[in-house]
Amino acid sequence: MATQLKETDENGREILDSVVIRFAGDSGDGMQLTGTQFTQSTALMGNDLSTFPDFPAEIRAPVGTTYGVSAFQINFASHAIKTPGDAPDVLVAMNPAALKVHLKDLVPGGTLILNLGAFTGRNIEKAGYKESPLENDTLDSYRVIEIDISKMTLAAVDHIDVTQKEALRAKNLWTLGLMCWMYDRDRQPTIDWLNQRFGKLPLIAEANIAALNAGHAFGETAELPSEISTYVVPKAKVEPGIYRAVTGVETTCWGLLTGAQKAGLNIFFGSYPITPASPLLHSLSNLKAHGVVTFQAEDEISAVCSALGASFAGSLGITSSSGPGVALKSEALGLAVVTELPLIIVNFQRAGPSTGLPTKTEQSDLYQAVFGRNGDTPMPVIAASTASDCYDCAIEAVRLATKYMTPVMYLNEGFLANAAEPWKLPDTDDVEPFPVKFASETEGFHPYLRDEKTLARNWAIPGTEGLEHRIGGIEKDYDSGNISYDSDNHHKMTKVRAQKILGIADDIPEQEVVSGNNSGKMVVVGWGSTFGAIEQATRRCQEDGLDVSHIHIRYIWPLARNLGELLKGFDKILVPEMNNGQLVTLLRSEYLVPAESLAQITGQPFKVGDLEREIRSRMED
Amino acid sequence: MNVQSPPEALKPNDYASDQEVRWCPGCGDYAIVKAVQKALANMGADPKNTVFVSGIGCAARFPYYMATYGFHTIHGRAPAVATGVKLANPGLDVWVIGGDGDMLSIGGNHTLHVLRRNIDVQVLLFNNEIYGLTKGQYSPTSKVGTRSPSTPAGSVDSPVSACVFALGCNARFVARSVDTNLKVLPGLMQEAKENTGASFVEILQNCIVYNDGVYSSFTDKANIADGQVVCEHGKPLLYGKDKEKGLRMTPGKMELEVVTIGENGVTEADILLHDETNRPLALMLASMQPPNFPVAMGVIFRDPGLSYDAAVYEQIAEVTEKSPAIPINELMHKGKTWTVV
Repeated sequence: MATQLKETDENGREILDSVVIRFAGDSGDGMQLTGTQFTQSTALMGNDLSTFPDFPAEIRAPVGTTYGVSAFQINFASHAIKTPGDAPDVLVAMNPAALKVHLKDLVPGGTLILNLGAFTGRNIEKAGYKESPLENDTLDSYRVIEIDISKMTLAAVDHIDVTQKEALRAKNLWTLGLMCWMYDRDRQPTIDWLNQRFGKLPLIAEANIAALNAGHAFGETAELPSEISTYVVPKAKVEPGIYRAVTGVETTCWGLLTGAQKAGLNIFFGSYPITPASPLLHSLSNLKAHGVVTFQAEDEISAVCSALGASFAGSLGITSSSGPGVALKSEALGLAVVTELPLIIVNFQRAGPSTGLPTKTEQSDLYQAVFGRNGDTPMPVIAASTASDCYDCAIEAVRLATKYMTPVMYLNEGFLANAAEPWKLPDTDDVEPFPVKFASETEGFHPYLRDEKTLARNWAIPGTEGLEHRIGGIEKDYDSGNISYDSDNHHKMTKVRAQKILGIADDIPEQEVVSGNNSGKMVVVGWGSTFGAIEQATRRCQEDGLDVSHIHIRYIWPLARNLGELLKGFDKILVPEMNNGQLVTLLRSEYLVPAESLAQITGQPFKVGDLEREIRSRMED
Repeated sequence: MNVQSPPEALKPNDYASDQEVRWCPGCGDYAIVKAVQKALANMGADPKNTVFVSGIGCAARFPYYMATYGFHTIHGRAPAVATGVKLANPGLDVWVIGGDGDMLSIGGNHTLHVLRRNIDVQVLLFNNEIYGLTKGQYSPTSKVGTRSPSTPAGSVDSPVSACVFALGCNARFVARSVDTNLKVLPGLMQEAKENTGASFVEILQNCIVYNDGVYSSFTDKANIADGQVVCEHGKPLLYGKDKEKGLRMTPGKMELEVVTIGENGVTEADILLHDETNRPLALMLASMQPPNFPVAMGVIFRDPGLSYDAAVYEQIAEVTEKSPAIPINELMHKGKTWTVV
């Protein structure tokens, strides 16, 4: 949604308020890299931004096919933005398949940059076009720039001793150079990155840099159609501070580390690779010097079991996965609940059921998180809403796990894991420490002695003299911690475990309204990564005078103490979710409120426009 | 890492918890728990640094009867839990206890990996060739034809040999003994403990209720001499009442054969010397089945190597020396940042 102000800066660049660009090409074309580098430059320019990488599950799908198309969308602006944007203003299509898949999203009148070199008869056919879209009216309503990027790239690196294949690979950098010219982005961060990345292959680095510079020079010298101009998106006005562009994986990683240090514990991270959770394993594996032991287990079960064993021995056990992997872990989660050991499970949700759409985002593991275990097996569930929020949620997960001696399910999402946004770097000193105290008193000790207030049992770790004890999956006697098959005792222990978790509601913030009134005609209730889209959609409605509020829930279980009363203050409750209606069921069953579901299960984030339309139409019902 | 000097000499009974043992009267597990307690006393093990981790099954109740730290986990997963315990605190002495169903059926995968990684724990597999706690179904070590509630006409699938499996997993310490062999068991436990890395000990255990006498053809007093050969490194593989029988390589073939000294010109010099560092030999010894061969007992294979836990901490030390930890604030500021004023 480029708001054309028709103003120009002193260099004659048209000033834009915001712009959405989508890079699309073959999985092997390096679109994610192009997008990431453009993001980095954009962040350094001081724009607010939000990104959405969207790639296929196959590492290298057959070249030229529509299912092998990989895309990266970035929305950047001179004001605060919350989503990667509904529709691109600019589409870069590196081949006919990318055009075929993404053209439908481009705004009418939008700019289309095509790599002419890839529009061969064979590729056009592979993309499913009956005839070349360049030769009929397909592209009539767009501003089209046709460039043979492949040829330009080959020419640009002609003087460097690389193979033709290696030279052609640099065409994404050529494209990036052109976009840097068009939007006045600095190329230096990319050049630095290329030199670092290809430090051992200086010729490859040189070729890529040459392509980048050539793309930029092309923009400066070529005679492009008159309606194509250069643009500038002024810096966004944001809170003063030091910023960097981050993904949810990075902030989760730092949050876990911060939490562990605040608790005074070392991290043991047991994990098994799975999309889209693996990057957390990679990130934590680089923190060996920071008291982090990472263990790539033989399977999901071993991952969680090793983490639980580590917690038993006095580390902070953490495991991560995605829905199918969490399913495999569920028996061990029951063991964690009954042995009342701290444990954090980070679930980077993806589209299910079963394998589902591994690289597409979804919020469909809420039931699994809250209810998905045998027996009465309660555990706290918290959900992060933005890449920044991932940091706070990770710390909170550690606090709850250690203070209440419980596994904590930390719901993340594939979208948050991969998407980038600027983040004002926090100061870890602002986080109040919550040091763990291991049991040491032998007098009257048994492993299930509870804190009167939190109901947490004491944590006695191997190596402690006089506190030798045995725990396990069999029910324990409330008064001695020994195994017990007594029926009244089982009733009592089940109630205590539930009460302990419900009691956390007194230790978390009351639910606040993000925007709008505290009561009124309608409230839109969301959780997780839909935060930006819901907030923007409700704001637009509010600006139009509609009485609609936005509530975003971080604590899925237990729910905030005041949430029920708050919800009852609204005539209508609308719950948009990227699932078939899970939070909405929880709210209805907990509060007996007539909450309505707004389900979108496309593997794609909500569009602001779609949400806005839905809010307006439901208000009229 | 809490390794301190052991307390004053404890007796085997000091390692027993106050919990009433709930195995069936006559169960082989009683003898094993006694043997382990005796071994711990012999070694002067410190209860506070000793952890028993078990899965599910009769054998898995073991930790409750020990006055040490213990974790009775879930079916098949004890090796995984123990891995976490050991990696979190390598100073602990960690024992993994499970039965044939626990460790070779539902948890076979974890047994494989704890052995191939060479995590410094002792893995005691109580093999009774039957499922006890679920009331008598056949197990992955049951012989073909085993009649059980789930195989009333006899089982048709071929069993796995625990020690052969362990050797195939690249275990670096593989031993075998019998539950009632109280003379040998404590010493074998001690050798397992003293081995650095994963030590696998198969204990043939009699289930008096569901599989009584399954091993009697070579464990009954009268059958021991002819039914078992004890493997001792560097010593001839002799057995029989008067050590008159022995094992040798069949000339010209990669296989073992039983010979009798004094027959067909065989002398003691022809008998194979046990080499506990020879994996192919260990595989042949571990594979021997009655009635044509004696069952191999003792340390069948031992070839210590760096344990996984030691390697992990060595690497952490190396990395830390190269680039020591920095405050998280600094960590987050590394990379491309920009300042808004």
